[in-house]
Amino acid sequence: MFDTALSANDLIFLAKGAGITIVVTAISVAIGTVLGILFGVIRVQLGAVLSAPLTFVLDIFRSVPLLIQLVLANAFVGMVLQLQVSGFFVACLVLSLYTSAYCAEIVRGGIDAVPATTRRAARSLGMSWGQDMRYIVLPLATRVALPSWIGLALGVMKDSALVYVVQVTELLKSTQILITRLQEPMFLLLICGAFYFIISFPLARFGGYLEKRWSND
Amino acid sequence: MFDYTFQWKQALARLPKMLDGAVVTMEVAVLSMLLGIALAILLTLFRQSGSRPLKAIATTWVEIARNTPALFQIYMAHFGIASFGIHFSPFTSLLIGITFNNAGYLAENFRGALKAIPDTQTRAGRSLGMTPVQSFRYIVMPQMLRISFLPMTNQMVWAILMTSLGVTVGMNMDLYGVTQDLNALTFRTFELFAIAGVIFYVITKIITLGARLIAMRLFRY
Repeated sequence: MFDTALSANDLIFLAKGAGITIVVTAISVAIGTVLGILFGVIRVQLGAVLSAPLTFVLDIFRSVPLLIQLVLANAFVGMVLQLQVSGFFVACLVLSLYTSAYCAEIVRGGIDAVPATTRRAARSLGMSWGQDMRYIVLPLATRVALPSWIGLALGVMKDSALVYVVQVTELLKSTQILITRLQEPMFLLLICGAFYFIISFPLARFGGYLEKRWSND
Repeated sequence: MFDYTFQWKQALARLPKMLDGAVVTMEVAVLSMLLGIALAILLTLFRQSGSRPLKAIATTWVEIARNTPALFQIYMAHFGIASFGIHFSPFTSLLIGITFNNAGYLAENFRGALKAIPDTQTRAGRSLGMTPVQSFRYIVMPQMLRISFLPMTNQMVWAILMTSLGVTVGMNMDLYGVTQDLNALTFRTFELFAIAGVIFYVITKIITLGARLIAMRLFRY
């Protein structure tokens, strides 16, 4: 197992794949979070009935496999609209919406966790809706939502392994290319897994720590 | 620009084949869920036990399952294990991969659920003359499964969505695999995958609604 044909160049190739994984994740989580906060606030403000269409659309992103979402988006953009866009763009687009669907749910949960009486108290003190949101809801909701959000970001990082279907060579795809060439699946997969683990594990632990630290009991 | 003509009829003609695929998808998901729950209970027991090696095994399993992509786990089951000369069929590899993932996530849920069950419950069971095994089996476990019913439903939905990854190890009987093969035949990519997406959506909705009904029936009190 230690007698390997893996060269320094191959390692650089893997590192590039890892870079793509991180870039795709960072872009998607950034855009997805902004959209998710927007959708989450809209859902809470409008109430269950008025926001039903939005809920339905976001629900689709959570109930259809990501692989199918990617293939569909790629087919739609490429074959139906006949636009020349890169797979990278499609990957970021789909993953952003995918993230926003989950993020909206987290944001909604966070806002719902703020007691209605607290918010009414804020409004009674003469705060505007914006002030209430900014000074009362935001700090309290963050306590509830941030640990789940870290989990979501890590989930998107792991799910970004699927963007290979739109011809984006991220970490797992790079590994697969090397496996085809070097024929050392176990060794290469262990390197690949170790990489995911190294990124994910400390952040997951940090999320768990925050959750424990910030819980009310 | 918009000169693409949708051919829904062509794609819909393949619906029966896709529904057959959906059945296989359900089979994999249900099997992986049942095995996953059994393994997760085992892992939870390992974690509760005083034995260090058992704890280490359980913790490693849970952390790897939770911190690497499901696709990686399926690859590992198919290509990784193959380097030891053991070759699984795509169906088995997919099942192993998803079961591994399910067990890891569920074990974590179970651990959270156990925290919510007071120690006094076990002690009361023991005082009534139950053995440790009996008090876990009849007192703690039912409560644990009850508390983690909702997370289990979510995991079931995840298991269904994860079956679509089987195509990467050559699975062609499940819903995604069938759709992929039909796509190779007909090139109606958008139509076929849209239908597959709808089928997946309907399946997950049935699961979540069904679970809600079962929960209402089971947890009336």
